[in-house]
Amino acid sequence: MLARLIWSALLETLLMVGAAGAVSIVLGVVAGAGLVFFSDPALGRDWPVNRRLRLDQVLSAIVNVGRSLPFLVLMVAIIPFTRMVAGTSIGTKAAIVPLTLGAIPFAARVVESSLREVDRGVVEAALVMGASPGQVVAKVMFPEALPSLVLGFTLTLVSLVNFSAMAGAVGGGGLGDLAIRYGYQRFRTDVMLATVAVLIVLVQLLQWAGQALSSAVDRRR
Amino acid sequence: MIIFDNVTKKYRGMSAPALDRVSFTVDAGAICGVVGLSGAGKSTLIRCMTGLERVDAGSISIGGVNVSGLRGAQLRTAQRNLGVVFQHFNLLSQRTALQNVMFPLEIAGVAHGEACDRARELLDIVGLSDKVNSYPSKMSGGQQQRVGIARALATNPKVLLCDEFTSALDPINSKSILELIKSLNADLGVTVLIVTHQLSIAQQSCDRLIVIDEGQIVEYGPAQTVLASPKSRILRAMVTTLTWS
Repeated sequence: MLARLIWSALLETLLMVGAAGAVSIVLGVVAGAGLVFFSDPALGRDWPVNRRLRLDQVLSAIVNVGRSLPFLVLMVAIIPFTRMVAGTSIGTKAAIVPLTLGAIPFAARVVESSLREVDRGVVEAALVMGASPGQVVAKVMFPEALPSLVLGFTLTLVSLVNFSAMAGAVGGGGLGDLAIRYGYQRFRTDVMLATVAVLIVLVQLLQWAGQALSSAVDRRR
Repeated sequence: MIIFDNVTKKYRGMSAPALDRVSFTVDAGAICGVVGLSGAGKSTLIRCMTGLERVDAGSISIGGVNVSGLRGAQLRTAQRNLGVVFQHFNLLSQRTALQNVMFPLEIAGVAHGEACDRARELLDIVGLSDKVNSYPSKMSGGQQQRVGIARALATNPKVLLCDEFTSALDPINSKSILELIKSLNADLGVTVLIVTHQLSIAQQSCDRLIVIDEGQIVEYGPAQTVLASPKSRILRAMVTTLTWS
């Protein structure tokens, strides 16, 4: 009974983290690359489109709005939008919407800081060799930043586990939901402890896998 | 082959120009040294030549192409005429030696197989045929600089610009890299511009010498003549250090 409860809650959590993680990482890569590309004078800062309206500043402002809302507030505030996308505002599928929206700005900043860490000398060397700004981002910045990006995505996924447990508190399903409904409201200490244990193991595994993958793709050592 | 015509560059917020009406010509096949102390304008000269900075006045021509007037795609195509060797090598850490040398060919649109053959050939020329699949982190400074030189030569440039290329190396590696540059100049006929603050490097390798100070050329001529009778305060001071190194 307990095992089945935990198992199905874990699957829900994994679904939420997996789906929200995949979408937010893809969109975070796009937004993070945009933040770097349009703010760098050697890349796209002085592009004609960017002169009238600084795209990096617009993106940055949007990202800051997303980052300034506590997840609980974001989740409640966008309920009409969630209903529009998922057809409902309750349950695991519905929870994926605010989770994704909350994680995109986070992932964008993670990608941005990883790309900015790339050695300036290497970027300029590529420009001097005749690489276009787009080629610099795609062929120099992303490959050079790969180990750091993998760690950043790990951080994003771990944060999503955390957020998904919060989503559970308002009917989102998953491990957080289980802990609240059984562990807290029905005084089932065994469920509470089991949930906490599973969450700890999940985060440990994610972190371990992320670090292993980052080291595996790192050629600098 | 390299023509600077009255090149002036002033950075915003600076009172004095970083380059002040700089004019010189380097003939095809020559090895020319540009020496000066830190802040003399050497880096600006390099950044203007490579298109990283735009000149305020005058023009720079490399291999018959006026690069200072170009922008965007035209500038990028013209840059294939110029190979650059950097002080800190600036290799891509996530690519092998072979993949690093292939990089300029990749962005020039050369087919993979052809680029691969060319890169192998170049690594052979610089004496690294056994390091083809090594990553930069597994190579010594001297080996990394050899990869940097092979990469600079990949697009068959007419001019090789060496920016303090031995400063990060020990004396023995410096010497052998310098010999490599001289042999490449002799064998491939590539024109070489060596920019350095070490007069000894210029003395060992250059046919012609340009001395710059505060953005201006203060001495310019055949290396032997310039070194035999230094006229400027700055070169006289630098010559006295030669005996030390």
